[in-house]
Amino acid sequence: MIYFNDVSKVYNKDSVGIQNVNLTISSGEFVSIVGHSGAGKTTLIKMILAEDKPTSGTVSFESLDVHKLRGDDLTKLRRRMGVVFQDFKLLPNKTAYENIAFAMEAVGKTNQEIASDVPHVLELVDLASKIFHFPHQLSGGEKQRLAIARAIINQPELIIADEPTGNLDPVSTYDVIQILKKINDLGTTVILTTHNRAVVESVGKRVITMEKGKVVRDDKDGKYVI
Amino acid sequence: MTGFHRIIKSGLLSFRRNGLVSWAAVLIMTVTLAVVTSLLLLQAVLSFSLEQIKNKVDVTIYFTPGAPEEKILLLKESISKLPEVAEVNYTSAQEAITIFRERHSDDYPTIQALDEINENPLGAYLNVKAKEISQYESIANFMKSDNVLVLGSANIIDKINYYENKSVIERLNNIIKGAKQLGFVITLLLVIISIAVTLNTIRLTIFISREEISIMRLVGASRIRVQGPFMVEGAIYGLAATILTTLLFLPATAWVGRNLTSFLGMNLFQYYTSNLLQIFIIILLSGIILGSVSSLLAVRRYLEK
Repeated sequence: MIYFNDVSKVYNKDSVGIQNVNLTISSGEFVSIVGHSGAGKTTLIKMILAEDKPTSGTVSFESLDVHKLRGDDLTKLRRRMGVVFQDFKLLPNKTAYENIAFAMEAVGKTNQEIASDVPHVLELVDLASKIFHFPHQLSGGEKQRLAIARAIINQPELIIADEPTGNLDPVSTYDVIQILKKINDLGTTVILTTHNRAVVESVGKRVITMEKGKVVRDDKDGKYVI
Repeated sequence: MTGFHRIIKSGLLSFRRNGLVSWAAVLIMTVTLAVVTSLLLLQAVLSFSLEQIKNKVDVTIYFTPGAPEEKILLLKESISKLPEVAEVNYTSAQEAITIFRERHSDDYPTIQALDEINENPLGAYLNVKAKEISQYESIANFMKSDNVLVLGSANIIDKINYYENKSVIERLNNIIKGAKQLGFVITLLLVIISIAVTLNTIRLTIFISREEISIMRLVGASRIRVQGPFMVEGAIYGLAATILTTLLFLPATAWVGRNLTSFLGMNLFQYYTSNLLQIFIIILLSGIILGSVSSLLAVRRYLEK
């Protein structure tokens, strides 16, 4: 599904994002990318989202070279992915309901579809009672569950979760990981970056370890080894 | 259609939720529109005053006493045909003496002297008004030209007061030209400054939302879905500011109308209220265009990222 072909990103001489990364992620996989801060995890994610361009090499989503897409084509690609960030990136002036409705509007869903799906997905992430709350009225864990609800609402082929538990307490972390596992069980590919050992071990799936911008380990039923 | 409806709704909601920031932008926009309105009124006062001054300028052709009336009327007709001439008034010798007597009715020695002469010492005259001040010279030249000789009027013309007033008329002409140019430059300058201030204020309000813009793009919203609500919000700033400005100018022009009418030569309140619809439409369009275009430009910056 996703192919990294000898991808490097050099910001300047002393700062290298990633270096000669070759990776294949298949459809339906749950991949954890681990490593210290600055190991290149977020750069890797930005490459898939086309938020940043590689210095050399190509990144493909199925047959599309993501860095050759412009305007509408890029928008269409992004609609096939759901993204969850460490800092949630919720729209601060919109309620929980509206945050999810916005993502549905973006892909052109009708008002009826929005009205029926939004309460349903909020129930799925256990936020049914907070439907009209603004992000600043939610706890960290609730915000992240809302971000996940937004990421999955359009049934994307791929969920990218960049340090989703970085700001959360252990209980909320557990909730978030359980939701991601459930999504993966339903057939969606999940890419998770983290430096939380407990998270990786509770998932128990493929682990890619990064260090100084390079992929140093790639284990099928891996553990967190650094 | 759903998309358009959503953009409008989203813009309205965002205006309401941004609270203070929205109203700050509206206030700045009100200042800009107030400048535009003041300039509109100033232009009206200026052109009214210039028109008044222009109307006071004319050229009078005095005829010798006893000049035959039919010759004068013939000349009047040919002057009226000149393209530069707005109007020509004929005052007969008899009318001239009546006006003179009326004007000097308190001046006993003059009236007595007039009575003693026992005949009319005054000639008839033609009062000529040109369409533009700059055209008096060509009218005066016409009087000197062969045309007049052909008409056989040269010997009946006593004097033309243009030559006495020439320097005054020319100076006035230059002042009017200068005032118009200065008015235009000041208007342009003030409008540019106000637009720059509004543009920057709106850029600041959108700077606050830059994170939101990038999130919208990441969620997969199209450019128009991101830009649209901001443009609607900008247009609402324009609409709200137009209403505020229009209301503010009611008491302001009423005060000017009460206190400065004799100074300005016109009642500004009357002018404002009788042209309210046109003024409202001009500032409404300026406000809406300024608001939405500024928003469009400001959002575009963050969309590229």
